[in-house]
Amino acid sequence: MAGAGGGGCPAGGNDFQWCFSQVKGAIDEDVAEADIISTVEFNYSGDLLATGDKGGRVVIFQREQENKSRPHSRGEYNVYSTFQSHEPEFDYLKSLEIEEKINKIRWLPQQNAAHFLLSTNDKTIKLWKISERDKRAEGYNLKDEDGRLRDPFRITALRVPILKPMDLMVEASPRRIFANAHTYHINSISVNSDHETYLSADDLRINLWHLEITDRSFNIVDIKPANMEELTEVITAAEFHPHQCNVFVYSSSKGTIRLCDMRSSALCDRHSKFFEEPEDPSSRSFFSEIISSISDVKFSHSGRYMMSRDYLSVKVWDLNMESRPLETHQVHEYLRSKLCSLYENDCIFDKFECCWNGSDSAIMTGSYNNFFRMFDRDTRRDVTLEASRESSKPRASLKPRKVCTGGKRKKDEISVDSLDFNKKILHTAWHPADSVIAVAATNNLYIFQDKIN
Amino acid sequence: MLSKGLKRKREEEEEKESLAVDALWLDPGHAAVAQAPPTAASSSLFDLSVIKLHHSLQQSEPDLRHLVLVVNTLRRIQASMAPAAALPPVPSPPAAPSMADNLLASSDAALSASMASLLEDLSHIEGLSQAPQPLADEGPPGRSIGGVAPSLGALDLLGPATGCLLDDGLEGLFEDIDTSMYDNELWAPASEGLKPGPEDGPGKEEAPELDEAELDYLMDVLVGTQALERPPGPGR
Repeated sequence: MAGAGGGGCPAGGNDFQWCFSQVKGAIDEDVAEADIISTVEFNYSGDLLATGDKGGRVVIFQREQENKSRPHSRGEYNVYSTFQSHEPEFDYLKSLEIEEKINKIRWLPQQNAAHFLLSTNDKTIKLWKISERDKRAEGYNLKDEDGRLRDPFRITALRVPILKPMDLMVEASPRRIFANAHTYHINSISVNSDHETYLSADDLRINLWHLEITDRSFNIVDIKPANMEELTEVITAAEFHPHQCNVFVYSSSKGTIRLCDMRSSALCDRHSKFFEEPEDPSSRSFFSEIISSISDVKFSHSGRYMMSRDYLSVKVWDLNMESRPLETHQVHEYLRSKLCSLYENDCIFDKFECCWNGSDSAIMTGSYNNFFRMFDRDTRRDVTLEASRESSKPRASLKPRKVCTGGKRKKDEISVDSLDFNKKILHTAWHPADSVIAVAATNNLYIFQDKIN
Repeated sequence: MLSKGLKRKREEEEEKESLAVDALWLDPGHAAVAQAPPTAASSSLFDLSVIKLHHSLQQSEPDLRHLVLVVNTLRRIQASMAPAAALPPVPSPPAAPSMADNLLASSDAALSASMASLLEDLSHIEGLSQAPQPLADEGPPGRSIGGVAPSLGALDLLGPATGCLLDDGLEGLFEDIDTSMYDNELWAPASEGLKPGPEDGPGKEEAPELDEAELDYLMDVLVGTQALERPPGPGR
C-alpha cells in the first residue's frame, strides 16, 4: 500500500505498528453517564479532533506542531476548546424530554481563520464557530480601559487604538440554530461538497438545509407510511457524496442502501440505485433482519466506493454494482451463535460506526471488550486491537488480540464468554492523511499512532 | 398496576428460559431456522420479544428503530409458530403449545392494536407539532405537492395554526381509549381468581385456558400502552 495514508502495508512489506499515543478522559471506575463519548470526528486537515458526549458537551483537541528536537514524537493532541453545545430540553407539547446527547459532529471545510462545525442532538442542529483571539485593542477614545464610557466632551485629543498581544483565547459561539424540522430522532448530518448545504436525517425523513438559512429546510426523503401501522423500515444513516453535490445515500434498518440524485426530482423517494445483498438462506434466523440493519454508511474519500456496517460485518460496495458488495469483512463472526442472548440484553441493537483511512486502503470499526478491528483491503489482512489502560504506556506497541471460539483456549486468547459487552467501541475516527486514529471507549478517547512514521 | 410481583416472577422465568434457549443457539451446528425450532424456544423468544415491545412502548418517546425491529422479529416468530397451531396438542409439555397459540392469538390482536394505536398517536402528535413546511416558491423546489401522497401532503402542509388539524388531532388522541377494559372484572388481581366479566375484552374468549400470570401480563401490555396514549389533561 503506497502513499501517506495509514493502516496498511507499504511496498517493503513492513506492517504498520500501531502504538499508544495518548488517552483522554477520567480513569475513574465510576463513569458518569454524561461523560460517555457519543461521537468523534477529525476535521479536514486532521489538526483538530472533536468529541461530543452524552452531556451535550463538545471537546476539541488540537494537534501540536511537531517538535524538531523530538522527532520520534508526533504531534500530540491537546485540549483546544470545550463548550456546552446542547442542553436538555423539554418539549411541552409532547411532554417529552429531549436528550442533550451529541449524536454527530461534522466539520465544515476551513475557509478563513475560524473553524466551523455542525453538532446535533436528537432534534436540533447547531453551527458553531470556533475562533482564536490572541490580540486585543487598547487605547479606545470613547471608553476607559475598564470599559466605562467616557464623556465625549471631556476628550481633548484623539488617539489610534493599538493592538496588543494577549494570552490565546479560543471562543466557541453558536452562529446558527437549525431547529423544529425533525419529528423523529436525528441520526445523521452530512455537509455537502458545495460547502453551502447539508442534510440531516431522522428515522423517517431527510432534510436539506442551507447553512445560512435556519427557518427553512427542504424535505428530500420521506418514508413515513400514510398509515403508521404499515411502518416496517426506518432510515439509519445518510451521507452526501464527497464530490458530487447532487448525490447522497441513505441506509435502512432492513439492510438496504439507496443512492439518490437530487437532480432527478425534488423529493427523492425514488432512488437512483438500490444496494442490497441477497440473504444467505443457510444463515437465516429470527434475528436476520436485526443483524442486517445498517448502523453506518460512509463514502470512500475517492467517492468510488462506500462502506456499510451491520451488526456482524463491514461491507465495501462499488457504486457501480448494486447486486452485492465488493468485499465483506467479518468483524466478530463468533457472535453469530450468541445472537439470542445479545437480543435479550439489547446488545444486538448497538450501532457501530466505521471509517476509511486517508487513502481508502484500510477500514476500521469497533467491537466489544474495547476491541476494534482494522482491515487492510490490499493485503486482505485484518487485526484486532484493544483500547485499554493496561496497554497505555507511551509509544507502546499494541499487541494483536484474538478471540477463541473453539474449545481449547490458547495463551493470550480470550474466550467469547469472557468478553465484556459493556465495553463497546462504537465510535472511531481516522486522520484524513496520517496514520493516526482516535478510538472512543466509553468515556475515554484513545489516540494511537503508527510507529514507523 | 396489577400484580407486579407476579410479573416480576414471570420475567425471572423468562431469563431462565432464555438461558436455556441460549444453550440451544450456542450449538454451532444449529443452523438457525433451517429446521423448525422447538416450540419451547420459539415461545420463549416470542415472550421475550413481547416484553421488549412492552418496554419499548413504555418509553415516553420510543426508539423507532428498536420498535420496528422488535415488531418485525415478533412477526417472524409468530409466522414460524403458526404451523404449530394446526397440530393437535402434544402430550408433553401438557398444555404449552395450545397456551402459546392462544397467547399468540390474543396477543397478536392486542399487540397490533397497541402498536397501531401508538404509532397512529405518534402521527397525530406529529401533525400537531410540525412546523409548516414551506412550499418552495423561491429557489430550488423542495417538494412538489402533486408527487406526494395526499395524506402526507396534508400533514406537512397544515401547521399547528390550522384549527381543523388541531381538532382532528385531539379527537384522534382520545378515540383509542377503551374504558370497557377497566370495567372488566376479568382483569381483577390474580388473588381473587378469575371471574367471568360482563364486558368483552380481547382475550375473553380464551380466558379459561389462559394462565393468570399470562393474563396479567397481557393486561400490563395493554394498560401500559393505554396509559401512554392518555394525553395530559386540559389543565396542563
